[in-house]
Amino acid sequence: MEGLSPWVIFFASIFTGNILLVYFLGMCSFLSVSKQVNTALGLGLAVTFVLTITSALNYVVYFYVLEPLGIEYLRYIAFIVVIAAAVQLIEMVIERFSESLYINLGIFLPLITVNCAILGVSLFMVIRNYTFIQSVMFGAGSGLGWLLAILAMAGIRQRLNESKIPAGLRGPGIVLIISGMMAMAFIGFSGIVQIQ
Amino acid sequence: MPKLKPIDVIRSALWKNNPVTVQILGICSTLAVTNIFLNTLIMGLGLTFVTAFSSLTISLMRNIIPPRVRMMVQTLVIASFVVIVDIVLKAYVPNISKALGPYVGLIITNCIIMGRLEAFASSNKPSLAFLDGIMSGFGYSYVILVIAFVRELLGFGTILGYQIMNPLMHAIGYSEGWIQWAFMIMAPGGFFMLALFIWIANNLATHKIAHKG
Repeated sequence: MEGLSPWVIFFASIFTGNILLVYFLGMCSFLSVSKQVNTALGLGLAVTFVLTITSALNYVVYFYVLEPLGIEYLRYIAFIVVIAAAVQLIEMVIERFSESLYINLGIFLPLITVNCAILGVSLFMVIRNYTFIQSVMFGAGSGLGWLLAILAMAGIRQRLNESKIPAGLRGPGIVLIISGMMAMAFIGFSGIVQIQ
Repeated sequence: MPKLKPIDVIRSALWKNNPVTVQILGICSTLAVTNIFLNTLIMGLGLTFVTAFSSLTISLMRNIIPPRVRMMVQTLVIASFVVIVDIVLKAYVPNISKALGPYVGLIITNCIIMGRLEAFASSNKPSLAFLDGIMSGFGYSYVILVIAFVRELLGFGTILGYQIMNPLMHAIGYSEGWIQWAFMIMAPGGFFMLALFIWIANNLATHKIAHKG
């Protein structure tokens, strides 16, 4: 992975390797928080923010602490602790410095600790052997890709309120079908850039 | 609260409150592996193991965990069991471990486990909690196994790596054999299959209620 430009990784993780539509990560909050465009935007921004920071932190933890000590198998525990701590810290910092941002993002931050996308990005970055810059760009790109997907879904779902849906498909069923269509649309991007 | 019988726990986990079709939990980490049946089977077993034993552990400790750090303790217990699963898979089935990649680690953030710990294990006795863990794991596994079965059959024309569709197509007179549905192997196939499963399950559930009432 040495030669790959960080920008290629950045754009590829937004479009062709969309963390949600291709790797199915972050589905839980995607299904439950995509009813309103405003909340979807808030959560999406919070995820992007946390992803960028935790992918940098976890890179340092993995390659400068776990690997030299030969305890890579503890990475799951280490990553989840780093993520939980980072989320808590970010919450405190935001609360101190920006009241309005805290009101908008604050409620979503605790949810993010258990968002699979955050842990997933850290695990992918180790498996694909990215450099530090590549990892950060991968984190930021994945976050933006997730934001894009949930925002589009929220927009569609607001329209869906007025349409007739078969009883058994109401709620998550129809959301999954729409996600499937969105995933098909995103496959169309795959000619542009490609990672893995 | 009425006393819970083991049979109620089993029924609830397998059908009435099935983690996937009813509660829509835990689809994050595992839809991705449902394009190959064997991988899905291993994933389901791993998840059942982790859910059962973390339920047992949390239930044993339920009176000594301070409520404030509850979530953190639960996450760490889950993570420890996932590390065990990961090491075992790496040692005995290295190929599958490689194919599953990051998704083994993502069992940690699978909402089913956390959900069962919160809703059941932290307020019930260890034996029931263990049973609930196993049953929730099974309830989850059979749904993803059905999805994997259809996806592998249509996508590759195989089950567990054995050619099924090719001989079948030859038998009924198509000499070209099975034309693989590449669509089923890719992400959209997973989304559509799960939606279809939820649709059928919901229809069956409402059908039953309508007949009773």
